[in-house]
Amino acid sequence: MRQTPFVEMTGIDKAFDGNKVLQNVHLTVNKGEVHALMGENGAGKSTLIKIMCGVHSRDAGEVKVNNEPIVFKTPKEAEERGINIIHQELNIIPELTVTQNMFLGKELTYGKTGILNKQAMRKATKKSLLELGVDSIHPDELAGNLSVGQQQMIEIARALATKSELIVMDEPTAALTDREIESLFEVINSLRDRGVSIIYVSHRMEEIFAICDRITVLRDGLYVGTEVIKETTFDDIVRMMVGRELGERFPTRHAEIGDVVLSVENLALAGVFKDVSFHVRAGEILGVAGLMGAGRTEVVETIFGYRKKEQGEVKLHGKSIEINHPVDAVQHGIAFITEDRKDKGLLIDASIRDNVALTNLSTISKSGVVIRSKEKSLVDDLVKRLHVRMAHVHQPVKSLSGGNQQKVVIAKWLGIQPQVLILDEPTRGVDIGAKKEIYSIMNELSENGVAIVMISSELPEVLGISDRIMVLHEGKVMRKLQREEADQEKIMLAATGRYHDEK
Amino acid sequence: MRNKLSENIAKIGPLIGLVFIVILLAFLSDSFLTVDNILNLLRQISINALIAFGMTFVILTAGIDLSVGSLLALGSALTAGMLSSGMDPILAIFLGLIIGLVLGALNGLIITKGKVAPFIATLATMTIFRGATLVYTDGKPVTGLSDSVLFQMMGKGYFFFIPVPVIIMLVVFLVLYFILHNTVFGRRVYAVGGNEEAATLSGVKSDRIKILVYSLTGMLAVLAGIILTSRLNSAQPTAGTMYELDAIAAVVIGGTSLMGGRGRITGTLIGALIIGVISNGLNLLNVSSFYQQIVKGAVILFAVMLDRSRD
Repeated sequence: MRQTPFVEMTGIDKAFDGNKVLQNVHLTVNKGEVHALMGENGAGKSTLIKIMCGVHSRDAGEVKVNNEPIVFKTPKEAEERGINIIHQELNIIPELTVTQNMFLGKELTYGKTGILNKQAMRKATKKSLLELGVDSIHPDELAGNLSVGQQQMIEIARALATKSELIVMDEPTAALTDREIESLFEVINSLRDRGVSIIYVSHRMEEIFAICDRITVLRDGLYVGTEVIKETTFDDIVRMMVGRELGERFPTRHAEIGDVVLSVENLALAGVFKDVSFHVRAGEILGVAGLMGAGRTEVVETIFGYRKKEQGEVKLHGKSIEINHPVDAVQHGIAFITEDRKDKGLLIDASIRDNVALTNLSTISKSGVVIRSKEKSLVDDLVKRLHVRMAHVHQPVKSLSGGNQQKVVIAKWLGIQPQVLILDEPTRGVDIGAKKEIYSIMNELSENGVAIVMISSELPEVLGISDRIMVLHEGKVMRKLQREEADQEKIMLAATGRYHDEK
Repeated sequence: MRNKLSENIAKIGPLIGLVFIVILLAFLSDSFLTVDNILNLLRQISINALIAFGMTFVILTAGIDLSVGSLLALGSALTAGMLSSGMDPILAIFLGLIIGLVLGALNGLIITKGKVAPFIATLATMTIFRGATLVYTDGKPVTGLSDSVLFQMMGKGYFFFIPVPVIIMLVVFLVLYFILHNTVFGRRVYAVGGNEEAATLSGVKSDRIKILVYSLTGMLAVLAGIILTSRLNSAQPTAGTMYELDAIAAVVIGGTSLMGGRGRITGTLIGALIIGVISNGLNLLNVSSFYQQIVKGAVILFAVMLDRSRD
């Protein structure tokens, strides 16, 4: 084992607006090490990373790179010392080619003429991609035509091209398919062999145990500890993160399953999906599995009236209903927690109050005038019920962590007291503690007779919380399974189109 | 700390600016801080303020309305036409406002149903409305208007010692302030501008909200036009040229983000005051109107740069 540290951060303190977000935090990453950084949302991971990369300044503490004390004032200075970050939201310009993206801002030219040396750039791109073992990407392809996984490879290649010695990967697998995750791991392994260090920020425990060498855990801005992965266990890490025993990951379900609430018959959207039929009963959780692009999100967006259906029927309690706009769905008591919090779920600059109030304006107003007292009590109740961690309700939601943002989205929808709740990837980018809270909210709602449809790409989650599972592949329903008969393999077979239930 | 501080500066920044300019001018000119001059100043800004109030709603939805100046001219000309034909002034004014509402709704429909970007849509209707005004008036002012007290009062009258246009402006301000901050509609205006997709998925009929804000702006532009017509006792076919720019400037100086979803109508009132105080003060100091334009432009730039530095 190589033990030479590349980056050492010791005694880091940082406060925003007087809130201490980091107190005496340490992080040491060795050369050629894959180091996991874990902690619940709001634990201070991103702040620590941003200090390392020169985005934020530190209030106290020391940062050493290659044993030399250093203060980065800008991300560029950090980059020059070989520290790169690959954000969850990729810095790829879809309208440009792979090569143009690779050399963005550092284009090769013929001498100082300013004329681009396209040949050399194309060659270099091809070479860097090959070094990563990626031969499926053509340098002249538009980046926008590539999958998210491939775009990520471009970013990694770009980081390596600048002689990167440490790459921070923030939730790198959040949007990847299983196969893409596998090839990302191969790349990470080859980087490790070349002596490149990696900081792997993720909530996915399985991945951390599969790929990382050591792990540092933060909790509430404090340093909890650093462990060698091989000498620790899943439960140890969870205990470190939450500071207590978390118990079972999924709540025990004993909701009484009642009559059919929502049924969908032969729903179709041109070119995306067809013949989608299913139902969900009161108190039941229907899990919807499938790969990316299977049309899961489109199905629920169509039910919700956000997309115009081509044909088919939606029934509520056996009666056909016409939904032409989300407002119709809301009036029928259907709530939809969207996949993408920032783009579709929240007014990201607006306050928690404004976000929660938005779906509930009709109940907190009289003749179009908002009644402040009603609004206050509704919003206060909901954020309390969901344990949203915040300073006050007038705080902009963008200042909250991912898990708390998601709780705000759920809060705004619980206000309408839905009879049908649709959740699309409800725990994406959410830490273990918040995940558990979200599961227990779902469980509680189902016990109160709400019919729940949950789309998820995380199979343990689908298997852990659903009563029934529906699998989609390329816009078709491939299989419906009772929870007892379902397992990961059966779901994957159907999701990849290798099993089709002809019924 | 930095965040809270800059947030607060954004809220009171325009007000500090206004106070600063007022104090400066009070020192530079004896006639600036007199009751007469202040009332005169308020009357001068009332027309721009009315248009800018509407513009605030439009910009809060992340839109823009370039047609307000032309819409003002068209609405005024049609109202003046009705008045000179001897129609009951109350009815004529009412119909004039409805015309403004309908023309504004037309903008909104083109933007939402026609899916044309607000900048392009209202750039086109700006030309169309101006052309229609010239066609209707044959390029000549509409005169021989009603001598009804009500109509004459709108531009020239006083209530006690306060000019009627100022009173109209303040009443409209209070009503719009209430609408924006205390009604469901107001909340939805912010929501649509903040994130249209999320607003729609939360059950907001975003298209309808947009059509309504453009209608409101159209109506306010014609209201401003009627005040102007009353003041001049005629409707000019070229009235309102470039008014859209002053209105947008007032909104922006007042701290409302052109990206939508963030801003306040109080800021717009202060923005209109800042523009008015600057031209009034520079006039008193005998600064040529050529230089005044340079100063006004510089103030707009300064305000926008202050706004940008917040992010």
